[in-house]
Parts: sequence; structure tokens; C-alpha cells
Amino acid sequence: MGSYVPNTMDQRKAMLDVIGVSSVDDLFESVPHEMLVGDGLKLPNGLSELEVRAKVTAMAERNRVYKTILRGAGAYRHFIPSVVKSVISREELVTAYTPYQAEISQGILQSIFEYQTMICMLTGMDVSNASVYDGGTAAAEAITMCKDRKRRKAYVSACANPDVIGVMKTYCFGSDTELEIIPEKDGRTDLEALKAMVGDDAACVYIQQPNYYGNVEEAAAIGEIVHAAGAKYVMGVNPIACAIMETPAACGADVAVGDGQPLGLDIAFGGPYLGFMAATKAMFRKLPGRIVGQTHDVEGNVGYVLTLTAREQHIRREKASSNICSNQALCAFATGVYMTAMGEEGLRQAATLSMSKAHYLAGELEKIGMKRLHDGEYFHEFVTACDKPEAVLKALDDQGILGGLPVEGGILWCVTELVTKEELDRAVAIIKEVG
Amino acid sequence: MKLIFEKGAPGQHLSLMPPCDVPVVTPKRPRTEPLPLPHVSETELTRHYTALAKRVHGVNDGFYPLGSCTMKYNPKINEDMAALPGFTQVHPLQPEETVQGCMEVYAEAERLLDEITGMDAMTFQPAAGAHGEFTGLLLIKAYHHHRGDTARTKIIVPDSAHGTNPASAVMAGFSVVNIPSAPDGCVDVEALKAAVGPDTAGLMLTNPNTVGIFDKNILEITRIVHEAGGLCYYDGANLNAVMGVVRPGDMGFDVIHLNLHKTFSTPHGGGGPGSGAVGCKEILRPFLPGPVVVKGESGYHFEKPEHSIGRVKDFYGNFTVVVKALTYILTLGKEGIPEAAKNAVLNANYMMKRLKEKYTMAYDEICMHEFVMCLEDLKEETGISAMDIAKGLLDNGIHPPTMYFPLIVHEALMIEPTETESKETLDEACDVFLKLWDLAHTNPQALHDAPVTTPVRRLDEVGAARNPVLRYTTE
Amino acid sequence: MNFPAELKYSKSHEWVKMIDDTTALVGITDFAQSELGDLVFINLPAEGDAVTKEESFCDVESVKAVSDVMSPVTGTVAEVNSELEDEPQKLNEAPYEAWIAKISDISDFEELLDAAAYEAFIQK
Repeated sequence: MGSYVPNTMDQRKAMLDVIGVSSVDDLFESVPHEMLVGDGLKLPNGLSELEVRAKVTAMAERNRVYKTILRGAGAYRHFIPSVVKSVISREELVTAYTPYQAEISQGILQSIFEYQTMICMLTGMDVSNASVYDGGTAAAEAITMCKDRKRRKAYVSACANPDVIGVMKTYCFGSDTELEIIPEKDGRTDLEALKAMVGDDAACVYIQQPNYYGNVEEAAAIGEIVHAAGAKYVMGVNPIACAIMETPAACGADVAVGDGQPLGLDIAFGGPYLGFMAATKAMFRKLPGRIVGQTHDVEGNVGYVLTLTAREQHIRREKASSNICSNQALCAFATGVYMTAMGEEGLRQAATLSMSKAHYLAGELEKIGMKRLHDGEYFHEFVTACDKPEAVLKALDDQGILGGLPVEGGILWCVTELVTKEELDRAVAIIKEVG
Repeated sequence: MKLIFEKGAPGQHLSLMPPCDVPVVTPKRPRTEPLPLPHVSETELTRHYTALAKRVHGVNDGFYPLGSCTMKYNPKINEDMAALPGFTQVHPLQPEETVQGCMEVYAEAERLLDEITGMDAMTFQPAAGAHGEFTGLLLIKAYHHHRGDTARTKIIVPDSAHGTNPASAVMAGFSVVNIPSAPDGCVDVEALKAAVGPDTAGLMLTNPNTVGIFDKNILEITRIVHEAGGLCYYDGANLNAVMGVVRPGDMGFDVIHLNLHKTFSTPHGGGGPGSGAVGCKEILRPFLPGPVVVKGESGYHFEKPEHSIGRVKDFYGNFTVVVKALTYILTLGKEGIPEAAKNAVLNANYMMKRLKEKYTMAYDEICMHEFVMCLEDLKEETGISAMDIAKGLLDNGIHPPTMYFPLIVHEALMIEPTETESKETLDEACDVFLKLWDLAHTNPQALHDAPVTTPVRRLDEVGAARNPVLRYTTE
Repeated sequence: MNFPAELKYSKSHEWVKMIDDTTALVGITDFAQSELGDLVFINLPAEGDAVTKEESFCDVESVKAVSDVMSPVTGTVAEVNSELEDEPQKLNEAPYEAWIAKISDISDFEELLDAAAYEAFIQK
């Protein structure tokens, strides 16, 4: 049996003597006896570290790790500089609790303040929170930020990631909020439909940029329509794309959210990631979750604290607008290190490489007859028509390549800076063989 | 300490990206604002973040008796297992036959945790305890709605509950009925009887409760709620006291959340990522968020439960956190799980007994894994508050207990030593607590001034909130 | 502590200054602000809101707590003191100048105390 209990039987006996009871079982006197787990749980016997290592490693080995990944759809394998993992494996950062005791938590608090600043820089927004669980929950929380007594209805583009729409639906089921889907037209949000839909009961409109199909939306024009209806404009954005594309702030967003995973976090079968949330100054008090502020101590030294906490559940209880406590602090720390390591140039380069290579792949696929399903601009994902997606993906799979994701009408491809031109050429050659 | 933006110089950078090997494409509507991210060398970068790390108190920096948070030791093998490339380099949308190992992690964790909690099914989508509460309450809502019982709109919450409980209930569309605690800190059974009715959707409860006492009336409590047609929700924050000894499922609970980052030893990361797995009895299984892992003849596959409430998170959950928790459960096993709970309770009672020499206990009886001290009398006598004692602890290398919670105890300090601390550590900590009690009487000013050895001293929280500075700017 | 004689007071620690028969300014008392400690934010009501006596119509935040402010009257919010959004400290520094809202169309009052009675009430 493995155990992390340090006390020996003699020490335990000495402690029981001090307490004045004869056995540990006496301490459980208040538990009704009929309820006690008598013969023990039906669990396997405990294991030594060597055994447990072998067992869990065997599970990891039952997964396939692809050398080349041409699939995104919400999780993107980008390059992660070595400094990121080196820094965030520091024991203090890994094992600390939420920084409620500010005097001994300045490292985490300052890292969050720096993270908040970088998210503001990236999105162009005024204020950021300390992060939430992921992109989907960030989008769902944004709806709550926008609702008021008169405006109760939320709208989401059909071109947003279906998982994100799914999370929004579930949260709206909770809060009894009506959520309407704005239809798609040719791979983009249908602007005419949007115009006809939003009325004076609209709290907010959510679109994703670039959208689920990789297409670039007319984000600024959508913002104008949304604001003309008096609603708030929420944009879900890819943070890497923000380095080179028009920012949500420039498109008129009131709230910008997204998943921070591309900023230095492993794809890791879906988590942990982080959700970033940033807003205009006018809406900063509506942000859910933790926020770090700068202040000073009794001697005038600059320091950082969790601030505006009276918005939160531990104080406001049933009147809080969100129940969230945790941020994804260690993930936020990682993205901060990532953005520092990359700097403006590095981040622009990662975005440009991803976009350029995606366009290269699209061009090569077109040459062998796999045309894009939609016209117009796209970032690092795109959909091609495909008659026999299963055969194409199987052929790639046999050669260690994870192909694009099968979606209605074809395949959704994604390319990041990790994939070389040679790998793309090879993938295209394999697909060509399938015919 | 300077911010990262104030270090380095334009032009300093790391060499990370290769040149573009295909024709360059740029957006039609490009970014026009500058992107003033830091510009530092790799040396400067690693020094900066190392300096930040040194200004953090982790579990390995010293005793961390933070009540309700279960700051136990975080085993290193867990980290190693979660870092295996077979887990970290797997895309969440890979074909099912290529992720059988990941699905096995979820299936195994579900099987073992169902057994520990007495539940029948579990979802790992929720990312944290509060997220789990929200999910569990939606299960209750969907259950009643599915039966056409839409009049059940109220969730009963004792006044000693964590703040997330009422906040989660409201997010799930319920209204909250607060019921007062009995003088012993437990549920006032008469008040509960008066509160239940045809509008009762459910009850949320922590047991042991937030004052560290096991509610001995638990079977009667869950029976009252069930007889009124409601369901019972178990807030698993305090499961460390009873795992392997008694099961929430056997107490009469229908749905629970676990904090894998508390009870099952995964690290807190300075405030996340955690995992708020939600378990439920058979009656709620059809409503679980999807997808869930199901074992079929040819291996594992994903399924969406029949009446699923939908997803609460992208993909399947904080996966690598679940890997860590599974590693821990496999390590402890059948004997180790109750062993941990029993030693957590032993350690808490030992500290309580020693501190009782000077401090006043809010509830002076055998406690479970944590106990609450009431410093109201100390404050009246000496002017030293729970906050002052907490700050005094900082100068002694001890992370303070949870302060001012639960709300039903004034000047509260809530102490949870956990099972992974030795008697030697507990004795040293008790000596410090008792020394500070003396100091409150002999030199209270020293405690008002504390801390003096930390990187910064007491910070101006009022100023921070009145004039919020929430980001760095160059102005 | 200061309790101006020209004001009326509620048992939930708000003051009322009548402007005419159906219009009044409402704020929190010196006693209230001292009990609440340093206030850092006020969630003001919206102009046009209907308010009901003895029900919450806005709340104030300190660093560690949030507290409801109850309306001593039934009526309509005609105006709010939006200066308090930027300078909540005025609620601490000058509670009788820091009016929160002007309520008009007052149709009902809770039982209000005069200064002496209120002072006696809080000393209990």
C-alpha cells in the first residue's frame, strides 16, 4: 500500500493519549454505525510507486501520439518554448492555494496582473479578469454580463464552435435565458438574418472570429448591427490570430473571450485550458471571477491583491452573478510566460506561419481536386469538400498523420507553425494516392 | 519588484520561430494597434519568473492548515504521470480507437470514485468545485422537469454553507431558502421540516459540515427531503474526513461533487486548474452532461446520455488533473483511502486538543478533519483579531487557517491540518499558535504590525478597490 | 456621532430628508457607515425604478462585505447621486451630504424616528 501519512503507530498512539481516546475509531463516534463501510471498499489494493508508474504509463501508451496534426476545431497544437514548462513546474507555483494571503502570494498575484495586462494588449480591451475555466464557459459567462432587466435574450452565431454553443445552451438552461441561433450563410454568420433578428430585448450577440470553419467574419460590420440594436457585442477570438488580425476592440466588441490553450498549453485530450475574458472599461464591474489589482503596503511598497471581491460568491452568495471561484491560475501563469517568451515578433510569426501554411495546404489540396467549401478569407483552418473522408483520413492515419476533422460537407483542416512544408507535401501526396 | 514590462529592452528576444517555408499570407484587415508584449532575453525571463516563484508559499514551503481547502501533500509521481506524452500530446478530437488509454483513465477514475462515494455514475467535465455544484443542480432541475414537476424551484441551504452553494443554486435558476444552523452547528431538523414542501427541489449539504462536525442526524435529514419530493446534494469539499469510512451515497445523497484538487491530492496551482467531478445515483444518470465514456465490446466509446443537460465545458474535463487523481487513488488503494481519512481526523483532533489550552473552540467536541476557533474573546481582551493572528503566522512560516468562515462564527479561524503532516510539524505549529496567543496579551502592537518578514507587508485593499488599477500601462 | 435634527431615520439605518410632501433624499446614517467600515463601491438603483418601503433598493460594498440599503419609503427613483460611483468614500466621510437617491411620488413611509429617538435606538 502506498501512503503519504508520516506518523508512525507510536506517534499516533501518543496523539490519541493526548486527545484522551483509545482508538481512532472513537473519533468517528458521531457517524451512525449502520452507515460505516464495514469490510472496506471494493477497491484494488494500494500500489508501490514502481507499480503505479507501470500501470498508468501503460494507459498512456494505449493512446496514439501523432507526429503530424492537421486537426484543430478548438484545440490547437502550437509550438511551446522550453521555458514555459520549466517555469511552471516550480513547486511553489504548482502547489500553492488561491492567493488570499497576499503578503505570501505576491508571485502569483503579480503573474496574474501581468497576465491581465497581456490579455488586454492582445485583445485591445481595457480590462481582463484572472481567467475562467475555458473558452466555452467564458462565452457562457459573457451572456450573464450583458443581461439586464429589459434585455434578456442572447444570440449566438451558428458558425461558432458547436461545443461552445453547447456550453452556452446549458448555462442558459440554468438561468432560464432564451438563446437563439443566428443562421449561417456560405460558412459565415448571415448578416441579413442577424439584422432581422435582434430587437430591443436582445442582451448580446456572440460571434467567433475566425469562426468554427476558419473563415474570417465581417466582425466590424456585425458590431455595428449589434450596437444599432442596442445590444452588447461579444466576440470569441483565437488569441494567436489576435496578433495579426483586427482586434476585437477595433471591431467594437464590448466583451472579448476565448480559449487560451493556443498560448503555450498542451492539447492534453481537452484540458486543462483556460478561458480569457476581457471587457471595455464601462463593463469591468460585470466581469465574473477573480481580478487582481495593484496597490501598496503600509510602507509604500507596490504590491498586488485580489480586488473588487464583493462581486464574488463568497461575499455576495445568492446575489452573485456567477458562482465561479477558481481561475486556471497555473494555466494563466503558463500563458504569461509564453507571451513573454514569444514577444510581439514571435507571436506575429506564429500567427503568420500558421495562416500561411494553412493557405499553402489549401492550395495544394485544390490542385488535387479538393476544393474549399467556402469562399473568402480564412485564418489557419478551412473546410474542403471530400467525397470519401473516411478513406482519406485512414490513409493519413496509416502514415502517422492526424488529418482534418470530418464535418458536414467535408473535412475541417488546421495547420499551425509546427507543421513543415515537407509534411504538408507528404500529406497531399498520400491523399492524392487515395484518388 | 518590477513588472516584466519594465524589464529588458526593445530588441531583446528569444530565438524560437523558423523563417516561413511557404509563401507568406497576411490578413486583409490587419491588426493596427501595437502589441507591446515584453521584450526580454531568455536569462531575464527565467530570472523574472523564478523571482515570482520565490514570492509564493506552496505546500512544500511549510505547514498549510487552510480549513475547507485540504492542502495535503501533492505527490510527485502524480505530476510525472500527467506529463506523459501519451496524455499531453493527444488531441481531444482524435478517433476513439486512438485514445483508448485516455478513456480508460476516465472509466477507471469513475469506477473507483463511484465506489468511494457510493454513487452509480460520474462526469469529469466540471473544472472546479463550483462548476460541479452548478452541474449537479442542473441534474436536479432536469430530473424534476423531466417528471413534469416544474413547481420545484427552491434549494435549501444551511447558513453555514460555502458561498458557492447559494450562488450555484441561483445560476441554475433556483431560489435559495437559507435555514439557520442549530446551536451545535448542525442542521436544525425542525427548521428543515418547516422549510420543505412541494416547491423543494433539493437540499445542499456538506457533511462533515463547515464547522468540522459530522451531522449525526444525516439519515433523518435526507429522509425529510426525499419525503418532500426533493433530492439531496452533497458538497464534497470535506470528503477527506470520511473517505473509505462512510459514503455520501449511504447517507442518502443523490448527487455529489468532488474536489479532486482537495481530497485526491492534485495540486491547487495557485487557484486552478482543479476538477469538480460530479457523481450521481442511477436516477440522475440519464441527465449527465455528455459525452460520457462507456465500455463496449470493442473497447471504450463516447455516448451522450439520453436526457443530457448538455455540456458544461468544452471537450471532457481537466483531463490531466484526473490522471493525477487516479494515480493517487491507485497508490492508496483499499487500505490507504480510509487510512488517509482517519489520520486527517486524528491530526485535527490532536491540534484542537493542544490549542484548547488557550484558544476558545467554536464547538468544543470531537471534530472531524477540521475545527473552528472563535477569537471573539481574544479580540475583546486584547484587540487582536483573527486577521492579526493570521498575519502573525506569516512571520512564522505558516500559512494561516481560513479566516472569517463560516459566517456563523465570529472572528473564526478554521484549521485543517490534513493527514500528510507529522506530529512534529503539528507540535511546532501548535507552539507558534500558543506563542501568538501570549503575544496578543503581552505585546499586541507586534501583532498589529505583522507581518514584517514577508516580501510586502499588509496591503491597502480599500485603496485597491476604490481606485482599481487592473493592468500595467505606460502612462 | 452626528445625527442632524432636520432628518428622519429608519431602524435599518437610512436617513430621509423631505424636500416636499412626496419627494425626499435618502442616504445612510453616520452609524451605518461606521459599522460598515470603508466603503469601496455602491450599486446605485436606476432612475425610474420603483422602490418599496423596507425592501432593498441598492447595496454598498466594503472590501469584505456587501450590505443592502433598504428603502424607507415607497415611491419612484427620480435621480441618483452618480458621483458616489467614483467616490464611494463620501459615504464614509460625509454621510449626510452623500445622498444616494432622490425618491419622488412617495406613497408610503415606514415608521421613521426623529434624531433623538434614533440615537436612543442605536444605543440599545
